[in-house]
Amino acid sequence: MKAFTVHKGLVAPMDRANVDTDMIIPKQFLKSIKRSGFGPNLFDELRYLDEGAPGQDCTNRPLNPDFPLNWSRYQGASVLLCRENFGCGSSREHAPWALDDYGFRAVIAPSFADIFFTNCFKNGLLPIVLEENIVDKLFEEAEENEGYELSVDLSRQVVVTPSGEELSFSVDEFSKHCLLEGLDEIGLTLNEVDSIRAYEAAREKDTPWLFGAIK
Amino acid sequence: MAGKTLYDKLWDAHLVKQRDDGSSLIYIDRHILHEVTSPQAFEGLRMADRKPWRLDVNVATPDHNISTDTAERAAGVDGIPDEVSRIQVKTLDDNCDYFGIREFGMNEMGQGIVHVMGPELGASLPGMTVVCGDSHTATHGAFACLAHGIGTSEVEHVLATQCLVAKKMKNMLINVEGQLGNGVTPKDVVLAIIGEIGTAGGTGYAIEFAGQVFRDMSIEGRMTVCNMAIEAGARVGMVAADDKTIEYFKGRQFAPTGEVWDQAVAYWETLQSDADAMFDAVVELSGGDIAPQVTWGTSPEMVAPVTGLIPCAENEQDPAKKQGIERALTYMGLEGGTPIVEIPVDRVFIGSCTNSRIEDMRAAAEVAKGRKVSESIKQVLVVPGSQMVKAQAEAEGLDKIFIEAGMDWREPGCSMCLAMNADKLGAGEHCASTSNRNFEGRQGGGGRTHLVSPAMAAAAAIAGHITDVRSFD
Ligand code: SF4
Repeated sequence: MKAFTVHKGLVAPMDRANVDTDMIIPKQFLKSIKRSGFGPNLFDELRYLDEGAPGQDCTNRPLNPDFPLNWSRYQGASVLLCRENFGCGSSREHAPWALDDYGFRAVIAPSFADIFFTNCFKNGLLPIVLEENIVDKLFEEAEENEGYELSVDLSRQVVVTPSGEELSFSVDEFSKHCLLEGLDEIGLTLNEVDSIRAYEAAREKDTPWLFGAIK
Repeated sequence: MAGKTLYDKLWDAHLVKQRDDGSSLIYIDRHILHEVTSPQAFEGLRMADRKPWRLDVNVATPDHNISTDTAERAAGVDGIPDEVSRIQVKTLDDNCDYFGIREFGMNEMGQGIVHVMGPELGASLPGMTVVCGDSHTATHGAFACLAHGIGTSEVEHVLATQCLVAKKMKNMLINVEGQLGNGVTPKDVVLAIIGEIGTAGGTGYAIEFAGQVFRDMSIEGRMTVCNMAIEAGARVGMVAADDKTIEYFKGRQFAPTGEVWDQAVAYWETLQSDADAMFDAVVELSGGDIAPQVTWGTSPEMVAPVTGLIPCAENEQDPAKKQGIERALTYMGLEGGTPIVEIPVDRVFIGSCTNSRIEDMRAAAEVAKGRKVSESIKQVLVVPGSQMVKAQAEAEGLDKIFIEAGMDWREPGCSMCLAMNADKLGAGEHCASTSNRNFEGRQGGGGRTHLVSPAMAAAAAIAGHITDVRSFD
């Protein structure tokens, strides 16, 4: 996994509550058996005026002029500023894959849907929860100031604004450690082989119907 | 010390290790796979040269993007017209072959939507931890499982280690006492709950549904409710085990038999919250107050009783909510203040992991029987959730009732729930749908979804618009 330590980048606002995973990456793109290449279809239905199809070259598709990510001032953005309950809906990891492939490294919102939140960490994308009034203020600042950048420091757990203000956020120890080091979580779990085997042996004795039923 | 909730018990029973950093390793008893969220996980295994930890916990089936058209289905996997979908279904077949995972192939008895086939095969059983790369996995909580959706990285993690790194959620109790009125179904109960607590109301919680309404409800009905826990923001929804739960699993393909059955039953009987268990949040609803529900907007919380009106944005004080209502009504092509029963309907979809079990088919058939689909309706798709539901429905003659009424009787799969195959809405079309999400474009670009129960969907098909099924005799 890609490590995340400190990242400074241009902020793009997505001023809409309850952005669901169908919006982030519509279902027709879920047919892919790959992990990459979803960036051009991020927010496909909001971003383009025509209907997107998998495998299509997106460079000449008609862009929706009302969608902020299409505005020149937000080109190259890598921090996405969002409203509450971002990422609700399905468990599709294609959503963080698409955000990552597009170039986002961090997503800031007052709240996230649980599965999406977990999925982000597995892909080196940092979801940051800040209080609603702070997010409101960041929206104002980002919209008022062209070229508005935020810096995210994971080890200190702070978002730093251009004026130097530090906004702290919480992140659980395990996810933070994995993200900072870019660790392979499966490898970490496999270090616990003995615990897993011991659990399994006890379980097979107590609940034998959970073993060998499916062949 | 306070007693334990059902969730606490299931969590404790599956805890492999509590780590110093606060994260936990929990053991996974059952893993269900489908074509959409597994290919990258299998690829990950191959790349790292890893093998599945255990084979006898995994069961796979294609459901999301297979055709529901009988002729196309008969042509087998090679006959899937869309090349990208065909590759994905083939990839699942190949991966299951390669790794030795039990798969119920596209046209095999046992195949179906993951959350329909799992319980009916007894592949998921009470007291298990059940995961699947699909957010509606909470369905299996209906019979006291700790079941939740996972992302593809976690699919790979479970395949490789039989464990997940998890953090314990908080406990929420949703208590619905009293009795449901005639024509009010489990779908209406869960939509009413979502209307009450909102789509983020359950975020961070494991929800237990309790009270007289759930004790009276069938296991299939409980599945409909738990299925939509995720639409209330909760990864986990569950109902305690009771006699109905145990009865439901008797004789199922992968359920235990003989002495082991008795041993399992003795354990299953303990799967309830203790009387003195503490919940972090409690929500109370009265079953008698719930009317058939209809969503009018683009989020499941935008729901109203069929007897009500579409809300007016101007009456909303909160500016963000107001903007949300305005945006939703523009997308839906509807006006605030309109009676719900005046919502037009172009297509009807009866299916999905929420409402495609045999009881749902029966409820829809009861309304359709002896009636005809309104001429203004373009299409009514009735899509059973599994091969077994299909066979049972046909044995009961339900398929004939649907066909005589002018509806399409299809092959099992997710179909128009997410429109990954040819079953889609056209832009601007309204659909009375028994599925679980009414997001923009969910059932086809520009499509407008109204979530309802199977009986309400069938009634809409007959009337040609949303109508109160209770006015049908
Ligand atoms: S029926 Fe719909 S919600 Fe259920 S698993 Fe299929 S796509 Fe997902």
